[in-house]
Amino acid sequence: MFQIRVHGRGGQGVVTATEMLSVAAFEEGRHAQAFPSFGSERTGAPVVAFCRISDKEIRLREPIMEPDAIIIQDPTLLHQIDVFAGLKPDGYVLLNSHHSIEALGLAELVQGRRAERFCTLPATELGLKHVGRPIPNVPLLAGFAALSGTIRLESVVLAINERFTGKIADGNIAAATEAYLLVKQMMEGAHAKAN
Amino acid sequence: MLKQTEGSKAVAEAIALCRPEVICAYPISPQTHIVEALGEIVKSGELTPCEFINVESEFAAMSVAIGASAAGARAYTATASQGLLFMAEAVYNASGLGLPIVMTVANRAIGAPINIWNDHSDSLSQRDSGWMQLFAETNQEAVDLHIQAFRLAEELSMPIMVCMDGFILTHAFERVDIPSQAQVDAYLPPFEPRQVLDPAEPVSIGAMVGPEAFMEVRYLAHAKQMQAIERIPQLASEFREIFGRDSGGLIRTYCTEDADTIIIAMGSVLGTIKDTVDEMRAQGHKIGVLGIISYRPFPLEQVKAALLNCRRFVVLEKSLAVGMGGIVATDVRMAVTGTGLKGFTAIAGLGGRPITKASLHKLFREAKAETLPPVTFLDLDWDAVNKQLAREKQTRRSGPVAENILHDKGIVSAKFG
Repeated sequence: MFQIRVHGRGGQGVVTATEMLSVAAFEEGRHAQAFPSFGSERTGAPVVAFCRISDKEIRLREPIMEPDAIIIQDPTLLHQIDVFAGLKPDGYVLLNSHHSIEALGLAELVQGRRAERFCTLPATELGLKHVGRPIPNVPLLAGFAALSGTIRLESVVLAINERFTGKIADGNIAAATEAYLLVKQMMEGAHAKAN
Repeated sequence: MLKQTEGSKAVAEAIALCRPEVICAYPISPQTHIVEALGEIVKSGELTPCEFINVESEFAAMSVAIGASAAGARAYTATASQGLLFMAEAVYNASGLGLPIVMTVANRAIGAPINIWNDHSDSLSQRDSGWMQLFAETNQEAVDLHIQAFRLAEELSMPIMVCMDGFILTHAFERVDIPSQAQVDAYLPPFEPRQVLDPAEPVSIGAMVGPEAFMEVRYLAHAKQMQAIERIPQLASEFREIFGRDSGGLIRTYCTEDADTIIIAMGSVLGTIKDTVDEMRAQGHKIGVLGIISYRPFPLEQVKAALLNCRRFVVLEKSLAVGMGGIVATDVRMAVTGTGLKGFTAIAGLGGRPITKASLHKLFREAKAETLPPVTFLDLDWDAVNKQLAREKQTRRSGPVAENILHDKGIVSAKFG
């Protein structure tokens, strides 16, 4: 079972992100369970949502405390809550920022872990560029697909088409595609550097 | 059709497939998404004839459901928590009058302190209201139980609550097979009321009944639920024939055949319990699970039969009979009277506190070793409790309890993330 935790703020589409992720996994014939951290939704307040993906029926209902991957939709949360709590030693981290992991002062976190599994993505900018709104959730989903290989970009596109229509769907697909390619490029760069 | 969808949305679609003629509801978390989705379905014209009635309160919601049902319409509503309490008088009237209303309870704690999260306090507070109560383990089962509920309610002319864990199920996206209209129509015949307010053949419903007849009317309500004990497994088996899956029934066992220890619970926590049991089985522990689907009527004989070969059991419940202990545990202990089985009660998950595998492992091991006290409060913060008790001993004006505990824990307000 692969477990993902998404951190963000109310209004950034955190819950929607995990729901779409579960739809993408379902489209690949897998079992998926998405659920929010259950609270009153308030714009700007820290929000957490979860997604489990498995080849078997998912019965577990506890919150995800030891995630395989963490997606952080708002870098200002780094100073507010322990977003990395419980991250598995070989886990993935995707952070919405136009700064690098090092520039964000996270080099220490990466130490002793698989550095190529840590990545930043200017997802808010991608949302603004393609959808006209600073909502980073969909670009981050596509970036997560590229980073972890857990789901395919095509499945993210299917999930987008299930949720949105018309221009909004098209914009989100464009944002997702660019995000996917950006993360792939960064991973190749990191791979080349490691070699 | 198999789809990945939200529990609330799946239930709304299932309700629509049951062709209700009147839907009335007042929104309250975590039930809101169900009635919102139904509102959209009715507005779109997909479900006709059906009237969606916006009411001013939960009391009005149940009152409208009573009126609609008495007029011969298939009536549905949904609520949770304080909403259920607010409609309590009408809840008793619905069952007392024998009106087959189906109501979803998106189970949520009852305040004060105000809390929107899941436990089973709300529907269990209506335990003796005369309504049947069926508990769903998954969103698939929530869908299926609603379809079975209309059939059972209308056959017996008694109302049913279908209980699903608030947020944990209502707000979870998972795969659900939504049946076809043809399947539901094959299972659920049109509503043929036992009593109906018809201007052409006037009758009155709701007579004043004195000491000479009240007990008989009450006994008949009990007799109906005893009939339901017979019918629920039959309806689950007919459901399997048409829909091709096991859903509903009175109880469900898991790995109980050779189990020396059996864990009993209701609702979605059964999933986490089963995962824990699998892990303990892999380590050689003979442990099993008994899920109670039908809380009212309570299947005393079936529970006893399922437990007869074990040595001890734990009732893990998301409810508390303040001043006594467990609510479900009391019923289970009644079921095993005279068997000499050792029973433990674990109160867990009140107000939405997560029930984790780690905590369950510890609890189940202590149960196996029989080192548990008769009543345990899972993951209770004893430091916080003792600090407040000490404060009350020291100071007369110790202040409001909830605010003190939040202050001690360094929480400014309830955490939302």
